[in-house]
Amino acid sequence: MDLSDSKKKLALAGVICGLVAACLAFMGNPANMAFCIACFIRDTAGALGMHQAEVVQYARPEIIGLVLGAFIIAIATKEYCSTGGSSPMVRFVLGMIIVIGSLVFLGCPLRMVIRMSAGDLNAWVALIGFILGVGTGVFALKKGFSLGRAHTVGQVGGMILPVLMVGILVLALIPSLLKVSQAGPGSMHAPIIASLIGGLLFGAVAQKARMCFAGSIRDIILMKNFDLFSVIAGLFVVMLIFNLATGRFVAGFNTPGIIAHSDHLWNILGMYTVGFAATLAGGCPLRQLILAGQGSSDSAVTVMGMFVGAALCHNLGLAASGTALDAETQEIVAGAVPLHGKVACIICIIACFVIAFTCKREKGR
Amino acid sequence: MTMKEVDVRGLSCPEPVMLTAEAVKDAAGPVKILVTEPHQKMNIEKYAKDHGKSSTATEKDGYFEIVIG
Repeated sequence: MDLSDSKKKLALAGVICGLVAACLAFMGNPANMAFCIACFIRDTAGALGMHQAEVVQYARPEIIGLVLGAFIIAIATKEYCSTGGSSPMVRFVLGMIIVIGSLVFLGCPLRMVIRMSAGDLNAWVALIGFILGVGTGVFALKKGFSLGRAHTVGQVGGMILPVLMVGILVLALIPSLLKVSQAGPGSMHAPIIASLIGGLLFGAVAQKARMCFAGSIRDIILMKNFDLFSVIAGLFVVMLIFNLATGRFVAGFNTPGIIAHSDHLWNILGMYTVGFAATLAGGCPLRQLILAGQGSSDSAVTVMGMFVGAALCHNLGLAASGTALDAETQEIVAGAVPLHGKVACIICIIACFVIAFTCKREKGR
Repeated sequence: MTMKEVDVRGLSCPEPVMLTAEAVKDAAGPVKILVTEPHQKMNIEKYAKDHGKSSTATEKDGYFEIVIG
């Protein structure tokens, strides 16, 4: 079974993933978050006590399902391959950078597309930054950037992250053990079984379709290849129809209640950081989870970096705040990126440039 | 004349397809590509098909050998 051999199949894969995201939003996930990888990793890190932001703590079964779905389908279709050893610490740092950039913007590339489909014009602004970030990564690739070769390692290595995910699921099922938000985005979620099934399905389809948000833009710039873009287009169309049909489509900036801000420069720079780092790491946050599920210890290390980065964002006050309606005054309070977040974002961009132009491909290959 | 060989084993996306494209563009004859992971093997075969080239893949000990004609 291969979903990646025609644009129609790829678009169908996007439609399936869009339906999963729409169903989960309908069943309780925050509306235009639906299936945000960075937000859900942040929530899961909070559930494990890695940060203390009480409104974003919940072990998201979607993250667990994504890794396990990719793992199961990779085993079933003989694509599982336990590999590792390609600059793991650089990948760890890139994982941290990806999440810091995401939480400055307030969403990963998947959520950016979901926000775009809900009429959030901030996400369309951020798309400019994402394209520029991927473009910078492509430039580095053309100049010889490489994180080096991964090698086949023992079967156990590639199974560690899937096993850890099962562990988090078991812990989440024990009452009062993990932290669970009583208010805010962390308290909004679909039933556990629905989230888990949705994650498993999304993970399996994303694995077979090679779904990657950074990869879709990268392939257009690098090879004028629109295959991966077909998946994103399919997902966007489904989410657009869902948002229009359920009255969730609100075109504009500064819309309260959608967990977004209108700090345009930082929306652009946040997603620039994500696009750049994700291109260097070989895939967006979603793709890293999928690759980790199919046996890549290097991607598993990137995922660990994302967990640590998410925890740092809340422990050090880097994450942006969303525009909200003040319950008492009924005035709109604009969301913003804190100074710490802006400084962190700049440091992340500098780090990306250092990595991009110092890690070079072996000569003679 | 020996066949041009490109070893992309263990490299991350998009390096395998990038290096394949460079090699195919510069080569006068067939090119042999060595690749480890099944999804990258499929990406390279797809690249060949999209560019009107034939490709033959053979499974070796822990990797694939693809000859693009």
